Amino acid sequence: MGASFSQKVLARNVGRAQVQPGEVLDVTPDVVLSHDNSAAIIRIFRQLPQKELRFPERLAITLDHAVPPPTPQHAQNHAEIRRFVSEQGIQHFFEMGRGICHQVHCEEGVVGPGMILLGADSHSPHCGWMGAFGAGVGRTEVAALWATGQLWLRVPETLRITLTGRLAPGVMSKDLALQLIGRLGADGANYLAVEFDGPGVATLSADMRAALVNMMAEMGAKNAFIAPDELTWRWLEIQLQRSRPDDWQARLSMFRERAILPDADADCAQQLDVALDHVAPLVSCPHRVDNTEPVTALTGTRVDLAFIGTCTNGRLEDLAAAAEVVRGRRLRARLLVIPASSQVLGDALAAGYLADLIEAGASIGTPGCGPCMGVHAGVPAPGEVCISSANRNFRGRMGQREAEIYLANPAVVAASAVAGEIVHPADLLAGD
Amino acid sequence: MRSRHRTWAYGDHVNTDVIFPGKYTYSVQHDPAALARHALEDLDPTFATGVQRGDVIVAGRNWGNGSSREQAVTCLLACGLRAIIAESFARIYYRNAINNGLLALTCPGIGALAQTGQELALDLDAGELEIAGQTLQFVPLPPSVRHIVAAGGLVEYLKAGAGEQEGGG
Repeated sequence: MGASFSQKVLARNVGRAQVQPGEVLDVTPDVVLSHDNSAAIIRIFRQLPQKELRFPERLAITLDHAVPPPTPQHAQNHAEIRRFVSEQGIQHFFEMGRGICHQVHCEEGVVGPGMILLGADSHSPHCGWMGAFGAGVGRTEVAALWATGQLWLRVPETLRITLTGRLAPGVMSKDLALQLIGRLGADGANYLAVEFDGPGVATLSADMRAALVNMMAEMGAKNAFIAPDELTWRWLEIQLQRSRPDDWQARLSMFRERAILPDADADCAQQLDVALDHVAPLVSCPHRVDNTEPVTALTGTRVDLAFIGTCTNGRLEDLAAAAEVVRGRRLRARLLVIPASSQVLGDALAAGYLADLIEAGASIGTPGCGPCMGVHAGVPAPGEVCISSANRNFRGRMGQREAEIYLANPAVVAASAVAGEIVHPADLLAGD
Repeated sequence: MRSRHRTWAYGDHVNTDVIFPGKYTYSVQHDPAALARHALEDLDPTFATGVQRGDVIVAGRNWGNGSSREQAVTCLLACGLRAIIAESFARIYYRNAINNGLLALTCPGIGALAQTGQELALDLDAGELEIAGQTLQFVPLPPSVRHIVAAGGLVEYLKAGAGEQEGGG
């Protein structure tokens, strides 16, 4: 029986020919992710006997969760992090406004195929869309990683999801993710590696793959993976030329050498087949991500606030889908749009998407996490209903216990902002 | 040895946002009194004022899903909570609990029996507990993380002279 991607990448990391699910390994990750929580991590690191960073070049710190800082206390956190970055000579540091860590790491080529990233953030599986191994850990563990370079990881069993067909127009990978989470539950992939394969994968764009892999965190996955293919390599080549004009070829060659594919006969604990043609737009209802309904079942639900952004759905195709829906219309609900990175912001500006959104009445925020977890501007009032392209709708998630959060793809969010109630984009267009 | 504890019971899929709201993530980070004040704020407003040192939480499946924020563990430690006993834990929460020295016990069958205000008898050596007149076995900690738990958490473990971490669970 062959090995999964996760088995192969972890085995190589510890210098073994093969490893089995359930084994515990001391893994030395290539990238260690942290963000605004770095101030707390620095404090834990200072308590440890190791006074030096084991691999300073592997740290990647992004200010994204509360940017620009809304209070003096948040500003102080950022100041402590900048001081540390400067003292330690950390190269991979991304200032406020550059974007959300997961998106920025992909754009900047900090992480790539065949690499291992561990991060103090639950959406660290994100980089798996391009063939990396990403998993979330805690703050204390990241402090230990800074000090020792290593951390224990259990080799995960695999949930293989084989995709066939192609998504219908107006359906996005967010809908596929919500369908999987609704079907398997919020712990449907707990401790598992989710590995996507099948001919349907090739029909998904880079942005659609990123959103899909990102959302597997909401099913409890340890990591999620899509094998790099021609589309991935083309995306990386264009992207690295933009972000690393001086060394993009060397970086791309390194990624090509390190890329790992699962064996064709890899074992898996569970296998699921999904026909993309049958996926329809879905909405997660309060207060659980796996509480999904077809968007058409919720038509008419009042919407006060709509939010498009986050590491899940704040990329260029997401903004394009939203702009397409609102173009030439006026919004009945408030719409807040926060691009996932400064690159996305610039590209959306150049493409005219921001003009469409602004003319319809949307507000545009600084690239970052925005109100997703209630630490930054754009939170709902008590009793309000928000529809969001983010990843979590837990009670109080956006800072207000007495608000209701629905999750959907960015086109549904935009259409609902236009209508002032939840609506399928096709029904909005048909109503003209 | 058996110890006796008072229970706080919750259901399945309790997430870290209701255990410790995200809005406090970068403003309430270290002060134990402040952490304790916000524990379970959006799940059970009676918890933070009613919890006593030595109490335990009993819960269903997937306790602690969602964010990796470690205050979802440390706020409960700050309350003096002895243990969380659940049908299952979300993986990052489980790691955070071990690394901060909070006892997280996986115990099939506990979810159906759990009620708030019961007495629970815990026998860590025997790997079993008694609740509502029934005895349940909990899943032993993976051997490889016992040394972290024994040290009282990852920081204490590293301070105790482990120059390099050894295999965990």
